[in-house]
Amino acid sequence: MLKVEEQTPVAFSSELLVKFDEIITRYPSDKSKSALLPLLHLVQAEFLWVPTSAMDKVAEYLNIQPIEVYEVATFYSMYFLKPQGKYALEVCRTGPCCLVGAEKILDHLEDKLGIKEGEVTADGLFSFRGVECLAACGFGPVLQISPEYTFYENLTIESVDKLIEDLKNKS
Amino acid sequence: MSHLIQDYGLQTTDYRLIKMSRKLLLEHINVPGINTLEVYRQKGGYRAVEKALKTLTPEEIVEEVKKSGLRGRGGAGFPTGMKWSFLAKPEGVARYLVCNADESEPGTFKDRYLMTYIPHALIEGMIVASFALGAKVSYIYVRGEMMPQIRILEKAIAEAKAAGWLGKNILGTGYDLELYVQPGGGAYICGEETALLESLEGKRGNPRIKPPFPAIAGLYGCPTVVNNVESIAAVVPIINDGGDEYAKIGVGRSTGTKLISASGNLVKPGVYEIELGLPVEEFIYSDEYCGGIANGKRLKATVAGGSSVPILPANLTLKYANGEPRLMSYESLSEGGFATGTMMGSGGFIAFDEDQCIVRNTWNFSRFYHHESCGQCSPCREGTGWMEKVLHKIEHGHGSMDDVDLLWDIQRKIEGNTICPLGDAAAWPVASAIRHFRDEFEWHIKEPVKSQQQNYGIANYAVPIEKAPVTEEK
Repeated sequence: MLKVEEQTPVAFSSELLVKFDEIITRYPSDKSKSALLPLLHLVQAEFLWVPTSAMDKVAEYLNIQPIEVYEVATFYSMYFLKPQGKYALEVCRTGPCCLVGAEKILDHLEDKLGIKEGEVTADGLFSFRGVECLAACGFGPVLQISPEYTFYENLTIESVDKLIEDLKNKS
Repeated sequence: MSHLIQDYGLQTTDYRLIKMSRKLLLEHINVPGINTLEVYRQKGGYRAVEKALKTLTPEEIVEEVKKSGLRGRGGAGFPTGMKWSFLAKPEGVARYLVCNADESEPGTFKDRYLMTYIPHALIEGMIVASFALGAKVSYIYVRGEMMPQIRILEKAIAEAKAAGWLGKNILGTGYDLELYVQPGGGAYICGEETALLESLEGKRGNPRIKPPFPAIAGLYGCPTVVNNVESIAAVVPIINDGGDEYAKIGVGRSTGTKLISASGNLVKPGVYEIELGLPVEEFIYSDEYCGGIANGKRLKATVAGGSSVPILPANLTLKYANGEPRLMSYESLSEGGFATGTMMGSGGFIAFDEDQCIVRNTWNFSRFYHHESCGQCSPCREGTGWMEKVLHKIEHGHGSMDDVDLLWDIQRKIEGNTICPLGDAAAWPVASAIRHFRDEFEWHIKEPVKSQQQNYGIANYAVPIEKAPVTEEK
C-alpha cells in the first residue's frame, strides 16, 4: 500500500492528469473550479486519502487558492483527511438501517477487526466507520467500500464475515 | 445481476420481480438488458425525444408538463411545469438544467433504483427537458456515494451519445446538448437546490438566500432549473401520451404515478410505483405492495415521506382523525395538518413495528440532522446539536421531565428561522414524536433502568380509529 505522509510532496501520475484534463472540459472555461469535487475523488482513489500536499497541487492545477480546496475537502464527508485502510468500510447507521440491525453490524465489525471506529488495522488492510444514510434503506443494512464504493446490501453477521475473509484473501 | 457486480461494483439482490398495477416509469424494469440502449430502444425508448424535438416547440412541451399536473418528486411537490415557466430567458445568456440526484433523505432510495436499472429513462427525460428549457449543457448531480450509479450513467450517456441522441445537431434538428454527471462529496444539504448549485460550482454546500431564485440566477449566475430524477423521468410518459392522459391518473391535484421507497419492518421493502390515491392500508398490507409487517408483528408508527416529515402512530397512518381512510397522495397524507397528518415528501415510507423505540429513532434522526447541518444559520447549527444531546440523554436513562419541554422549545426556535428547509426538517421529526408519543418519552424518564432493558411497546397506537358518527342535518 502506498503510504503518504501529510507534508510529503505527492506526484500526480500522467494518467491522473489526463483524467483531470478531461473533467475540466465539462465546464465553461472560466468555471473550472467546478471540477474540484470530482478531482478530489480521483486524488482519493489514487492515494486512498486526501493529503494536504495533494490539495495544494489540485489548487495549483485549477488556479485557485489552497484554502478554496481545504474548505471543500473539510466540508464534505467523503474525503478522508487522514490515511485509511486499503479497504475503508462504511456502514449506514441512519434510522431505517437501524430498524433492521445496522448497529449490530457496526458492533460486529469492531469485534471482528479488533479496532474502533476510525482506526486502521495493524496490517493496514481495514478501517471502518458509520456513515449517514446511503439511500438504500429498503435493502439494509448496507455497507460500501471505498475507494471503489462497491456496495453490499442485506448484510448479516455471516455475510460480513465472508466479505472480510474474501478481501483478506484478495490482498 | 452478475453483470452489475463485475461492471460497476454493485452487489445487489434483484428486487425487480415485484408486481405492480399501473407502471409508467418501471413498466419495463423486468426486461433483461433494459439498462442498455438497444433494449431500451426496443421497448419504445427515446420516442419522447423524437416527438419533442421533431414535432413540438419548447413552449408546447412546457404546456404539456403543465397540463399533466406533475409535481416535483423530490419532496417539495411544487408543480414542475410552473417551475419551468418561471425560467428567465435573457438574450445571450446560457440556461442550465440540473438534475438533482443527490437523494440523501433517510428512507428514500427510488432515484438510486431508477438510475441503477433504467438509466436511459433519466437521460431521455433530460434531453426532452433540456430542449424545452433551451439548455445546451446539462448536469446530473449525483451524490458521491453512488459511484456505481455514476459509472452506470456515464456508460449510458456514452451509448446515447454514440447513437446520436446527445451531442451536436441531435436528429438533424440543429439542437446541441452535452450531458455530464457530476459527483457530490457526501452532504445531505446538497439536495437543497441552491446548495447543490454551490457544490456544482466547486464550493461548500451552503444554501443561498432566495430570492433570487435559481430560475433567475442559478448555476454560474445563469437561469437554471433544478429537478429531481423522478420528475425528469416522468416527463417521458407525459410527452409520449400527452399531459392530459397523465393527469387522468391519480386523484385530485396529485396526478400520475409516484415511486415509493418502502423500508423498515416490512415483509417486502423495496421501490414501488403506485398510482397516487392508493389507500395507505392497501400499500402496507396488500401482497401486491409491502405485504404487511415483517415477522407477524403489529405496526406501531410510520414516517410516510422521508425522515423529515412528521412521524404518525399506526392508527393515524391508516385513517384520518375522523375515521376516513388515508390515501397515498399529497393532499391526503397532509390531511389534518401537523396535528394529525404528515406529508408526502419524497415518498420515503418507513414502517416501525411494535418493538421499535420512538425515542431511540428520534435521537438517531437528530444525530443525522446535526451531522448534516451546514452550519450557516445559528438556530440549525446549534439547535440540532442540542436536540441530539438532550435526546441522547433521555434515551440512555438520564433524562428529566424538563427535557421534553426543552426539546419542544428548541425545535420551535429552529423551525422557520433558517435560510433553507433543513432546519424545519430537523425540527419536525422531534416535534411530531413528542406530539404523538409523549408518553413514551416520559416513560423513559420515569423508568430509567427499565427503559434500558425493554421497549415501551405498542401502547394504544394500533387501536383503530372509529369512523366519526354522521351528525344529522338540521
